[in-house]
Amino acid sequence: MNNIIVYIETENGKIGDVSLELLTKARSLAKGLSCNLEALLIGHKISELQNELFAYGVQKIHIADDQRLVNYLTLPYSAITISLFKEEKPQIALFGATSIGRDLAPRVSSALKSGLTADCTSLEIGDHTDTKSGTIYKNLLYQIRPAFGGNIIATIINPECRPQMATVREGVMKKEPLETPVKGEVNILDVKAMLNNEDFIVEIIERHMEERKIDIKGSPVIIAGGFGVGSRENFKQLFDLARLLGAEVGASRAAVDAGFADHARQIGQTGVTVRPKLFISVGVSGQIQHTAGMDESAMIISINSDPDAPIHQIADYAIVGDLNEVLPKMIQSYKKNSK
Amino acid sequence: MTKTFKIVVLAKQVPDTRNVGKNAMKEDGTVNRAALPAIFNPEDMNALEQALRIKDRFPGSKVLLLTMGPSRAAEIIREGFFRGADGGVLLTDRKFAGADTLATSYALAMAIKKMQPDIIIAGRQAIDGDTAQVGPQVAEKLNLPQVTYAEDIMGIENGKISIKRRLERGIEVVQSTLPVVITVNATAAPCRPRNAKQLMRFKHARTLTEEQDNEHNSYLPIFSLESLIIPEWGVADVGGDEANYGLSGSPTKVKKIENIVFQAKESKRLTSADQDIDSLIKELISSHTIG
Repeated sequence: MNNIIVYIETENGKIGDVSLELLTKARSLAKGLSCNLEALLIGHKISELQNELFAYGVQKIHIADDQRLVNYLTLPYSAITISLFKEEKPQIALFGATSIGRDLAPRVSSALKSGLTADCTSLEIGDHTDTKSGTIYKNLLYQIRPAFGGNIIATIINPECRPQMATVREGVMKKEPLETPVKGEVNILDVKAMLNNEDFIVEIIERHMEERKIDIKGSPVIIAGGFGVGSRENFKQLFDLARLLGAEVGASRAAVDAGFADHARQIGQTGVTVRPKLFISVGVSGQIQHTAGMDESAMIISINSDPDAPIHQIADYAIVGDLNEVLPKMIQSYKKNSK
Repeated sequence: MTKTFKIVVLAKQVPDTRNVGKNAMKEDGTVNRAALPAIFNPEDMNALEQALRIKDRFPGSKVLLLTMGPSRAAEIIREGFFRGADGGVLLTDRKFAGADTLATSYALAMAIKKMQPDIIIAGRQAIDGDTAQVGPQVAEKLNLPQVTYAEDIMGIENGKISIKRRLERGIEVVQSTLPVVITVNATAAPCRPRNAKQLMRFKHARTLTEEQDNEHNSYLPIFSLESLIIPEWGVADVGGDEANYGLSGSPTKVKKIENIVFQAKESKRLTSADQDIDSLIKELISSHTIG
């Protein structure tokens, strides 16, 4: 009772990185709170995933396995989650801020009338004193997230309602398995008792999922383009340089919205967070929504013809110039100077 | 007789957080919110277009906007009229103040119950909070199915609506019964422009509060034209438990707000001159930053 439950997302029979990152974070939160770390796994034929969860320190896995649950569906998945949370009364429940987590968590929070904070970038444990009533709340979950387009960082708490719920974006937290897996237990849920036919009124007619091909997060060098790149055609220059440097190509939201680059490449508050050893920013103005996802890069080079572009302020090397001039020169120089 | 539908579009007036330029920054490097223009939340525009397309396909259908906010949010309803909506409601009450997503969803759900639509469509998320919670929470409060991340409402047949969803790693086509709550992505079709005829017809549409505050145009014959009055609903109009509204209905509290301060860090300025680029690349190679 009153433990931490992490919702485990799976795709193609594998546990999503975001869930492993959450487990790593939740493990340290559970330690600080002296409570247990538990996981909720919903799907079909998923029981072989339990060893990986034990390797991340999960002490109890709740498994809902049913043929009808092979793909994520809002209603049955939320019905199971709601009924488990009612039973187990976790103090904290965490979800990935993914297509699934951001669909499931709000539905669950509404049913349980508990607060939910979306897209947290940091989670901490701390106390709170209500200034009006003087009530002291011990060991609350501080849910820290950017808000207002990333221009402020807000710390959100749920003093009264349980569970304290949060979603966290992929790549924001580190994933680290334990050296020795824990010997945890498995709780098989009685799915049939939790669901009724009404939960299946939304049907999936067609489904085309792609394996993740683009791995921006894991790339040591990233070249990212913004709206200033101007076109999908111009983005090719970024790819040319990336191929040469063994880098990945990223993009700002403005560039993705304009159709210059695919969403999987989006870096920033609404995309992925990256910390490469070199980040080359091309035609990006430097809105905080974007820089929040890259400003911890070890080295930043900015290329922007506007000398006042905010991106230049966070760069180690600020090149004030036209990308159509600078990129070919970089390619040329690299070819000449590298062995 | 062809089938018609009543569609409610949830729309929010938001500060334009996307373009926080230098003029919106205060001297201490924080954002001057007052300097940001109030706009129609972008994804709610995509939602409106999906609703209007249903109306195109099923003539006689009605598209109504529902927005919650202060008096000036009536602007959202007018914008909806200009683009082809048939009406709208402004949910406004001091008792709504301080609402988090849960209390907001409760208020919207109560208003929707009163409006009795077949389809509820909203933008996926609003750019001031980026939470994407209100759509699913409204659906839960109404005990309706939800279809999030919609890119295209493909059709409605035999009481079933087919929707194409755009997910992080692919697409899905789903079918749902009605009523349903749908949230729409920015990748959906952009909203059609304002229609000149609609603009002429509805430019004087206003709420009674706006009419009272407007000393210059009080002679306008708006009260003879009932279609130009934008209804304002408060807690008294939609009912429900007062404890679920506003601050008291909000489980989440903001403990702390930190403004992001744009700090200038020591940076080297370079130009696009050959020698600048060349020395930079050489430096990167010699430091093993690049291979």
